[in-house]
Amino acid sequence: MTTATATAAARFGQAASRVPDLVFRSGSGILAWVTVAILGLLAALLVANSGEVLGKFGITFLTGTTWDPIAGIYGALPFIVGTIASSVIAIVLATPIGLLTAIFLAELAPRRVAIPLTFTIELLAAIPSVVFGLWGVFVLGPFLSKTVEAWIVGTLGWIPIFAGPPFGVGLFTAGVILTLMILPTIVAISRDVITAVPDSQREAMLALGATRWEMITKAVLPYARSGIIGAVILGLGRALGETMAVTMVIGNRPQIPQSIFDSSQTIASQIATTFNEASIGLQTSALIGLGLVLLVITMTLNVIARLLVWRVAGPQGTS
Amino acid sequence: MAGALIAQPSMAARLTGARVGRRRTVVDRSMRTIAMGAAFLCAVPLAAVLFFVAANGLSALSLDLITKPPRALGIGGGAANAVVGTLQMVPLAALIAVPVGVLAAVYIAEFANSRSARVIRFCADVMVGVPSILIGIFVFTFLVLPFKQFNGFAGSVALAVIMIPIVMRTTEESLHLVPNSLREASLALGVPAWRTVLSVVLRTGLPGILTGSMLAIARAMGETAPLLFTALGSRLVNVGDFGRPMDALPLFIYVNARQPVDALNQQAWGAAFLLLLIVLIINVAVRARSWGRRIG
Amino acid sequence: MINRASRLASLAFGAIVVIAGCASPGATTGPTTGGQGSQPPASTGPSTPQVPSGNVSLSGAGATFPALLYQVWIEKFGEAHSNVTIDYQAIGSGGGIKAITQQTVDFGASDAAMKDEEIAALPAGTKILHVPTALGAVVVIFNLAGVDKTVIKNLNLDGDTIAGIFLGRITAWNDPAIAALNADVAGNLPATPIKVIHRSDGSGTTNAFTTYLATVSSEWKAVGAGKEVNWPTGDGAPGNDGVSGGVKTADGRIGYVELQYAVVSGLASAAIKNANGKFVSGSSAGVTAAAEGAVAAFPDDFRAAPIINGPGDDTYPIAAYTYLLVYQDQTDATKGQALTAYLYWALTDGQSEEKAIGYAPLPAPIQEKALEELHQITTGGSAIWPM
Repeated sequence: MTTATATAAARFGQAASRVPDLVFRSGSGILAWVTVAILGLLAALLVANSGEVLGKFGITFLTGTTWDPIAGIYGALPFIVGTIASSVIAIVLATPIGLLTAIFLAELAPRRVAIPLTFTIELLAAIPSVVFGLWGVFVLGPFLSKTVEAWIVGTLGWIPIFAGPPFGVGLFTAGVILTLMILPTIVAISRDVITAVPDSQREAMLALGATRWEMITKAVLPYARSGIIGAVILGLGRALGETMAVTMVIGNRPQIPQSIFDSSQTIASQIATTFNEASIGLQTSALIGLGLVLLVITMTLNVIARLLVWRVAGPQGTS
Repeated sequence: MAGALIAQPSMAARLTGARVGRRRTVVDRSMRTIAMGAAFLCAVPLAAVLFFVAANGLSALSLDLITKPPRALGIGGGAANAVVGTLQMVPLAALIAVPVGVLAAVYIAEFANSRSARVIRFCADVMVGVPSILIGIFVFTFLVLPFKQFNGFAGSVALAVIMIPIVMRTTEESLHLVPNSLREASLALGVPAWRTVLSVVLRTGLPGILTGSMLAIARAMGETAPLLFTALGSRLVNVGDFGRPMDALPLFIYVNARQPVDALNQQAWGAAFLLLLIVLIINVAVRARSWGRRIG
Repeated sequence: MINRASRLASLAFGAIVVIAGCASPGATTGPTTGGQGSQPPASTGPSTPQVPSGNVSLSGAGATFPALLYQVWIEKFGEAHSNVTIDYQAIGSGGGIKAITQQTVDFGASDAAMKDEEIAALPAGTKILHVPTALGAVVVIFNLAGVDKTVIKNLNLDGDTIAGIFLGRITAWNDPAIAALNADVAGNLPATPIKVIHRSDGSGTTNAFTTYLATVSSEWKAVGAGKEVNWPTGDGAPGNDGVSGGVKTADGRIGYVELQYAVVSGLASAAIKNANGKFVSGSSAGVTAAAEGAVAAFPDDFRAAPIINGPGDDTYPIAAYTYLLVYQDQTDATKGQALTAYLYWALTDGQSEEKAIGYAPLPAPIQEKALEELHQITTGGSAIWPM
């Protein structure tokens, strides 16, 4: 495909001497580079405007545990912990379920089951974040607090990280909602990656007398492993940046949570709830500093994930 | 051929004369059942969300919800500010994003050398993964702060920035699917490059481009975070004045979800139902065509 | 494909037009109605500020404390003068002060008077007028089902206990401290854990509430008083609406809001022990009693502190003034005129709306002072409403 495009480009290159061609070519080129420019500008903006807070606090901006706009002390650790913790919960829940689902859809399901099921899971990705949040506040939160959370606190509550009370608002509920939001990503990419595994691998395994499940675990998954890890990392990236649904169920508490049932705050939800009334100067700079942290984390994960997925499924394997 | 082999795993075993042990059979059957369970489990959340949004939102859905502006305590009021706002900001965002995204994709697919194409494609992919709240800060700095005025135009631009990479990537994919023979035939007939792209390539790739654009529009309709610092939201029904704050369905839902008044919560569900319905219809209509092709 | 797209586009445009047409008056653009409506004489006599003719659009932002009142005022004022549209964004007192400082709105709103540093941050050479508009009570709301599963509607609390709860010292509803104050329901108090909901944004309501806590509890002094504090426990929610919405969502929650939010949410609020030892529920009368007792102490620059623990058997212990913040010198003459007319209306006709929804009207001496203050508003060097 690339060679063909290259040929076409060479052909178009010859024709580019005409003025309308030149205009079209440069016009579309400018627009194409606009995307690059926006990304660059965004990064530059975040870096420039976080200068004030980073200059004042340096590394303690990342390690400080106190976020106190009144005293002018800004330590982002509570939000970093909240962001990572809620996303880790989501990954822990979504990876097994998502992987098993991808396996089912790619290897085991007959077409007439796979198609509607794939469809349903893809539609999950189309639900707006704020609708998830609304549902989370009025339906999922109360449900979790009475069932899952109550059970966990009842049986494991003696371990500090599972200590109650199970309020239904907080890290765990946010993690569950994030699970639902990243499942489609993990399922879709894992499925693409698994499908891309050459049949020769499967046939070889079966020829050796493996059961279907053994074929999957011993031939397909190891081959697809880096792609699946990439899928999970992409899901993680999505979870880290999710704003609205998390803001509505996480409790907005700018302290490091002690238990997964505590209220917490993520970087994105802190920015969302306080940016508009933040005082110009240090506080706004601090929030933009938070944004920069978030950008760096999500961009890094994004790049790593895509490289991993490309290795297995090729450049078109990510959707 | 591979399918036949996969469908009968013990065929290979029979061929080699080995017998599959009982424990391995049990593991095989139970894991396959678990995998099936997991897959059907994934279908539950969509059903759960749809059910509750419909159950709570249907009763709030009325002509009043769409035509009346918010009123104190929700009595006799509705979400006209949000409906009108979304109906203006999203099309404007599409008007910006679709041409930019399509032409950018045209450039990568047709004109750029492979290194430039890779860089631009990479940046587009990264942009898709950037949290939308950061896009909100970005547009705030350039389109709100200098004017000291939250405005609907900034909201549209923020939505457009989110849409452009999506349109770009889906358009590029569909352009790659256009057979090269079409391009060559057109050029051989003496059609200039730009007209070849517009009349031949784009027209052939149009279904895919429309798919991508519709999906991007559905995404933009549901975005809240980028509007928080740009369009801000408003209780007033703002028609045509992009220089002032505008409301939007997701903003309306966000604000009314946390109100202590039942009537307002109901309106939030109603707006959510409306939004979800439109977004899902777009997704279903657009994907119905393509999943048959992708599976199997 | 293209035809379908253009059909869709015209359909959408038609939909917008239809919806805009159906939307009730108050749209920011639309047919010019022009002129003023026929009005009760109080607002349109020659000796009162005039509403300018032609369409005027005002924007304001700030406190959620009076937001329910302002929503009613904006609707009523809009009915009387349909050419003036007012857009009020309830984003909290902190946001209101920031917005008016940055001049992104025409007026701000706050229940916490601007501090010296905030006044110093105003653009050079400008002055902000604090126009008091109403008084309100800060009540402690809670959502509690008793042991017998019925909703508990009445609770007595005192300053010490409230502080203990918001400090995180008292963590369950059947705590002896709470039971001691409520002999009649003590047996019904469940072991439900208490979850505190406080404000996540800069809030005048928080200012009043924390001033009360700092006054009644020595332990609370370490946390301090102000629009924002470092809460020892609890979840944050934006706005009075967010706090009341949050308390309403689940059993066992407690929060603090302006009285009317308790009323519209249907949540129970506690009767608080006042300075005379009586347990008083939040009410317009209780706030009025507090305000009358504090008239003498009202400062000349209008920056009054919350009225805490005023004397009197019927006095409610947590009351606060709320202000509209406007620039003394209005750069836009038409907007300045409309604003002054609105403020005049708020200080006269508007006062009669307050009692019905739990706010208290300004005591007569304060109302007079506020009306006089309006004479100070100028545009282009001359007063908009000359003496």
